[in-house]
Amino acid sequence: MFYREAGQFKTSYTADMSVFPILQDRVGLAIILIVAVAIIPFFGSGFLLQAVMTPFLVFALATIGLNLLTGYTGLLSLGTGAFMGVGAYACYKLTTYFPDVNLIVWIIVSGFFSAAVGVLFGLPSLRIKGFYLAVATLAAQFFLSWCFIRQPWFYNYNVSGAIEVPTRTLFGIPITGATSSDATRYFIVLGFVIAMTWLASNLVHGRIGRMWMAVRDMDLAAELIGIRLLRTKLLAFAISSFYCGVAGALMVFMWYGSAEPSVFDVNLSFYILFMVIIGGLGSLTGSFFGAALIYILPILLRYVPAEFGMPIQSSTVEHIQYMVIGALIVFFLIVEPAGLARLWQVGKQKLRVWPFPY
Amino acid sequence: MDLLYKVFLDPFVQMGTAPDLLVQTLWDGLVAGVLYSLIALGFVLIFKASGVFNFAQGIMVVFAALTLVGLHEKGVPAYLALAITLAVMFGLAVGVERLMLRPLVNQPDIILFMATFGLTYFLIGFGELVFGGNPKVMIASELGLPKGAVDINFAGGFVSLQKIDIAAAIIASLMVAALAVFFQKTRIGRALRAVADSHKAALSVGISLNQIWVIVWFAAGVVALATGIMWGARSEVSFALQIIALKALPVLILGGFTSIPGAIVGGLIIGIGEKVGEFYWGPLLGSGIETWLAYVIALVFLLFRPQGLFGEKIIERI
Amino acid sequence: MRAPDSESKTRVGDVLLAVEDVSLAFGGVKAISGVSFDIRQGEIRAIIGPNGAGKTSMLNVINGFYHPQQGRITFKGATRAKMRPYEAAAGGIARTFQNVALFRGMSALDNIMAGRTLKMNRSLIWQLLRFGPAMREEVEHRRFVEEIIDFLKIQEIRRTPVGRLPYGLQKRVELGRALAMEPELLLLDEPMAGMNLEEKEDMSRFILDVNDYYGTTIALIEHDMGVVMDLSDRVVVLDHGIKIADGTPAEVMKDQAVIDAYLGVSH
Repeated sequence: MFYREAGQFKTSYTADMSVFPILQDRVGLAIILIVAVAIIPFFGSGFLLQAVMTPFLVFALATIGLNLLTGYTGLLSLGTGAFMGVGAYACYKLTTYFPDVNLIVWIIVSGFFSAAVGVLFGLPSLRIKGFYLAVATLAAQFFLSWCFIRQPWFYNYNVSGAIEVPTRTLFGIPITGATSSDATRYFIVLGFVIAMTWLASNLVHGRIGRMWMAVRDMDLAAELIGIRLLRTKLLAFAISSFYCGVAGALMVFMWYGSAEPSVFDVNLSFYILFMVIIGGLGSLTGSFFGAALIYILPILLRYVPAEFGMPIQSSTVEHIQYMVIGALIVFFLIVEPAGLARLWQVGKQKLRVWPFPY
Repeated sequence: MDLLYKVFLDPFVQMGTAPDLLVQTLWDGLVAGVLYSLIALGFVLIFKASGVFNFAQGIMVVFAALTLVGLHEKGVPAYLALAITLAVMFGLAVGVERLMLRPLVNQPDIILFMATFGLTYFLIGFGELVFGGNPKVMIASELGLPKGAVDINFAGGFVSLQKIDIAAAIIASLMVAALAVFFQKTRIGRALRAVADSHKAALSVGISLNQIWVIVWFAAGVVALATGIMWGARSEVSFALQIIALKALPVLILGGFTSIPGAIVGGLIIGIGEKVGEFYWGPLLGSGIETWLAYVIALVFLLFRPQGLFGEKIIERI
Repeated sequence: MRAPDSESKTRVGDVLLAVEDVSLAFGGVKAISGVSFDIRQGEIRAIIGPNGAGKTSMLNVINGFYHPQQGRITFKGATRAKMRPYEAAAGGIARTFQNVALFRGMSALDNIMAGRTLKMNRSLIWQLLRFGPAMREEVEHRRFVEEIIDFLKIQEIRRTPVGRLPYGLQKRVELGRALAMEPELLLLDEPMAGMNLEEKEDMSRFILDVNDYYGTTIALIEHDMGVVMDLSDRVVVLDHGIKIADGTPAEVMKDQAVIDAYLGVSH
């Protein structure tokens, strides 16, 4: 009833090609942004900010990154965790070498480091596809994990082998370390996520997005309309890894505060991949849904039964969590291989024609 | 110069001066390779017959071993536990076919691949929930497997062979031989090969896809159980094995996804390659290179021969 | 359809593409052996022959998808031994496929827009921001694509993912994608396969219009002899990878080797 596009006529191609052509979608987005910027940080508890929203946003950013590669370009990667690690370690090294340069700058720069590593490990993608490529990215995953564990240079020869986030400030306000507030760190992550989601959305709606999808849907035909496969795939690797790298840096600097190398192991890669699948391959909106479902569902599993006076052992929760995630993946693939994003689309379509069936 | 010497000469000098160590390393690699081969074999079985890249094969190994040990811990005699575990693997095959493969028939390969990810996670959670997450000791002696080691005098040193490893190698060879006969000589084997070529064509000549899938998943389950017993007897049974199970992927890359001999040869190459690499070149890089060497070998190999050792070159048509 | 007229002969110009002595083999199997022919500017050139004659392989050689073991191909005066498909595309060769090769996950509009890829050149930075020059470029090309959509009469399916379209419309979208490249040489691989009479008439009309209106040179593979006779200026006939005839439709029809190839010969 309220979700109708009747009467909204487009008089220019610019208006027709905008990312949200329907007025109600724009209103909805505005409301979400207002809640995220003006309500959550001021009224949310520290737990909500630090343990729910910040990690959710970090995961959403990494999921967008992997989605650009796997969902849009059709290149399966199991190295996401390692690329996030490159971002985190690059940021750590840079900010310890050059403490005077603002951390925000280094977070962005560390994305470029990650992009370079991504391109390097993306090179085989010209010759190999599908599962074979997935194994090639596993090489990246295990090699880089090994570097983070075995090469002390990466963690500045700390005895613990972990990286500790130093305190850094922006305009005199501490943004990392023990003295920074949850809200500050939330704002920084939110800023990155909003900006980078906007950029990604621009990219996938234009020429480059079409090139990626063409390569995904039929690479031979793509080549015959003049798309250079290697360049297009490497660009996808670069941009995807950039997003993952920034997400990794944010993960350590804005959320964990310190990180063992095992944080960036192959399980993180799988975790992000699940978010992409459940959210929907080739959908930016879906990336948020996927991150929300996979990250927030276990939190609910842990706390909701306790609220009702049914405390479950934490190890049991973890086992059930695994089972639920596994079952959910199979369930979603059966019900809707296109993921939550498609369910969302279908829901909107139903709303559009309500109360008629079609 | 010093570095070049260390990389290109020193390891070979070491090999020459201590041949017993070399043989020991080769043997260790061979044993690891047999286990990789067995996991890869499970992959190949399922891939050949259903086109599904079964990521869960590694977890099926752990799950089978865990069920066996877990049942024995609860007081079930060893051989009865073995029989029950086989029944559980059969139940798993039926369940996978009913709940996962059947509803996903005709979906793209990548979707099925992702579904086996889901299966992996489900089995991890389920196994730990039922049998607990602590590492367990395999009931090798209860099952009548040999223990101890054979020491052989060799070139002035000792080479020590674990009896369990010898048993593993023998059992693996027998299993491969049995599978080869099964595939080549029986009616079901022929149906399996037909399904592998084309689902639609197989259906049209009256082969039941569902039945075939249950059979291959069960066969893969039996292979997984055998692998789990061997592997568990050498170390311990825990889900930490899943990372090692991922090593089967480079093995498949080397051997090709559809070739049983490929899985065997690939497994041995990877096993030996990484043990030799670790022993002779590992110290140069700070050790632990085993964790990634297999993948890098596979990656380099892929660049030169994308179709695997025994795979056929694909001519792309449009 | 169209009667042969004098006007269509005058617009045929110089040799655009010359294939000389091309041979192609897969392993031991010879797909094409020693075939030579040319395509002139502005003509409609048909390649016909029984199944397995090497027609599709010939097109694949022309746009660089297969590399022949022997022979030369001269396109717009430049001779080459090897060419990558994207180089062929950049040089102005577009292509449709026997089994529709559309980007199934994308809408009809996006598919045709993808055909404009080579004509668009705004940098990554502008693409990221999607305003100013990048947006102007999008709009400008969208306008061009809308012309093609109008021309092919597929306005109402613009936003439909092509995977859901019926076969006949998919073929039309695919032609649209090829036209979006503004090709000098358009290769059509069985553009009318699996169509009913009405759809064939539509498609024939589009092909003739493309040839007339845009002046595009067309090489097509077709099995329907009626269509070939009506559309094409000249025909080359392949059988078992060998050229057995070359000439106007009328000449080829009378050729004994062609009749034998199609009907079989008794020895």
